[in-house]
Amino acid sequence: MSGVLHAIVEPGFFDSGVVRIALETSAAVALLASVIGVFTVIRGQSFAGHALSDLGATGGSAAFLAGVAPLWGYVAISVAAAGAMESIGIERRRGRDLATGIVLAAGFGLAALFLFWDTTVAGASDATNEVLFGSMWTISPGTVPVVVALGAAAVAILAAICRPLLLSSVSGELAAARGVPVRLVGALYLLALAAAVALSCLAIGAILSTALLIGPAATALRLTRRPWRAMLAAAAIALGTCWLGILLAYDSFYWPPVHHGWPVSFFVVALIFVCYLATRLRVRR
Amino acid sequence: MTNAWIVATIVAVVAGLVGFFVVLRGSAFAAHAVPNGSFAGAAGALLINVNVLIGLGAFSLAGALGIGWLGRRDRQDVATALALVLMLGLGALFVSLTAESEPAAYSLLFGELLGVANNQLLPTAGLAIACTTALGVLYRPLLLSSVLPDLSEARGVSPTAVELGFLVCVALATTMTVPVVGTTLIFSLMIGAPAAARAIVDRPGAALALSVAIALVTVWVAIAASYQLNLPVGFFVGVLSATSYAAGRGWSAWRRRGP
Repeated sequence: MSGVLHAIVEPGFFDSGVVRIALETSAAVALLASVIGVFTVIRGQSFAGHALSDLGATGGSAAFLAGVAPLWGYVAISVAAAGAMESIGIERRRGRDLATGIVLAAGFGLAALFLFWDTTVAGASDATNEVLFGSMWTISPGTVPVVVALGAAAVAILAAICRPLLLSSVSGELAAARGVPVRLVGALYLLALAAAVALSCLAIGAILSTALLIGPAATALRLTRRPWRAMLAAAAIALGTCWLGILLAYDSFYWPPVHHGWPVSFFVVALIFVCYLATRLRVRR
Repeated sequence: MTNAWIVATIVAVVAGLVGFFVVLRGSAFAAHAVPNGSFAGAAGALLINVNVLIGLGAFSLAGALGIGWLGRRDRQDVATALALVLMLGLGALFVSLTAESEPAAYSLLFGELLGVANNQLLPTAGLAIACTTALGVLYRPLLLSSVLPDLSEARGVSPTAVELGFLVCVALATTMTVPVVGTTLIFSLMIGAPAAARAIVDRPGAALALSVAIALVTVWVAIAASYQLNLPVGFFVGVLSATSYAAGRGWSAWRRRGP
């Protein structure tokens, strides 16, 4: 029995402090991202959700340069970008796509400048990788309370606007007819999304942030059309894939060709993608 | 330096043309995902020691076709997001397996326009011609299906085929431009200039020409400024793209208010 267990879980998995922090942080982020993601997918704002995580790199590199904690760079840039997208924002979906693109283009320009200064002026040679990819193994214990606080703020906003948001996501005209301030609800939602993306970028990196935001929600919405059930299913998928990904990455430490472990983000993304493809096969039948 | 001007001019023309349809069709996410995800192809090429151009081409084509395939029966933006994260995840894997070097990551993202080698000119020009030709062939069905999707379907144009053809054009533009200007610069050019052009004029032909013109001015000014001030080209292209869009919006707002 213990032989089988050892084959699945390398010894020391449950004793390692690093692993425990990774499991806890990723659980918090996975739950938050997947629930917000259901709204993101229904509203068709995947691009905004992804762009905010890319823009986080701009904030991270600026914070690196200014010598403050990267968290503040991420939060400041996400909120600013969400505001900019909203103010350019055009009601039609194509216009929203364009607004996101313009903000992203400007953000990339600034990121190029900040990263250039990071490497030339501040002399931090690994700044690019750190800012762009993040790593779940390097979460410091001090980050956890901040992640929790930001996550709580996003959840509070979401809970407050939950019903009108759902209505205006499904049918904007109906919501407007019933007196829902559609624009305000949309802006508040974007703010919650920005906070969630900022903290998940920081905790688990930009790739996983988008993956956890869109993947589980899209999978869940193919399984059920009811929003509340979809949120539950998305949370379960996100949590499952995250933890399994961490376990596989831990095990992969002894895998070829290099003995320093395969990246967590690869495993989680692959698992999420397999889940999504499985639901597509199911629907086809 | 001459190489930089030549390559930048080619890139701007292609970005202006392809970007016009990107903006028209609302495919900004795909235009971001294909270049960004093709980064994984470059990392994979470094891992198995083949030409970076092959890796980029394979991944941008696979990404484009994957987006088209996944998008047939789901929301386009969801399909794009999933294809993108899958490619980025593979990229993270390849990078970690190569015991890589970080300057490569920076140059793929932001480009090394001022260091374009002579032997990069020919493939760039060849791919640019291929991409422009493909767009020329697709021009009328693409325009019709972008502006009036119902009418174009009634006239027997398959929306899936047009979408796939268009995504292949984006992939070609990506393969050609990423090695010389990086993934972020090509995205900024494909969005900013055409968006500004569309805000200023309505007729497709005129908007297409204006889009190319704005893209050309953007890269020329960016190169000159970058050379003079010794700051990255990507910074100027990004900021100029956003500025030109803001100017375009301002111009159309002012004109609408006027007599």
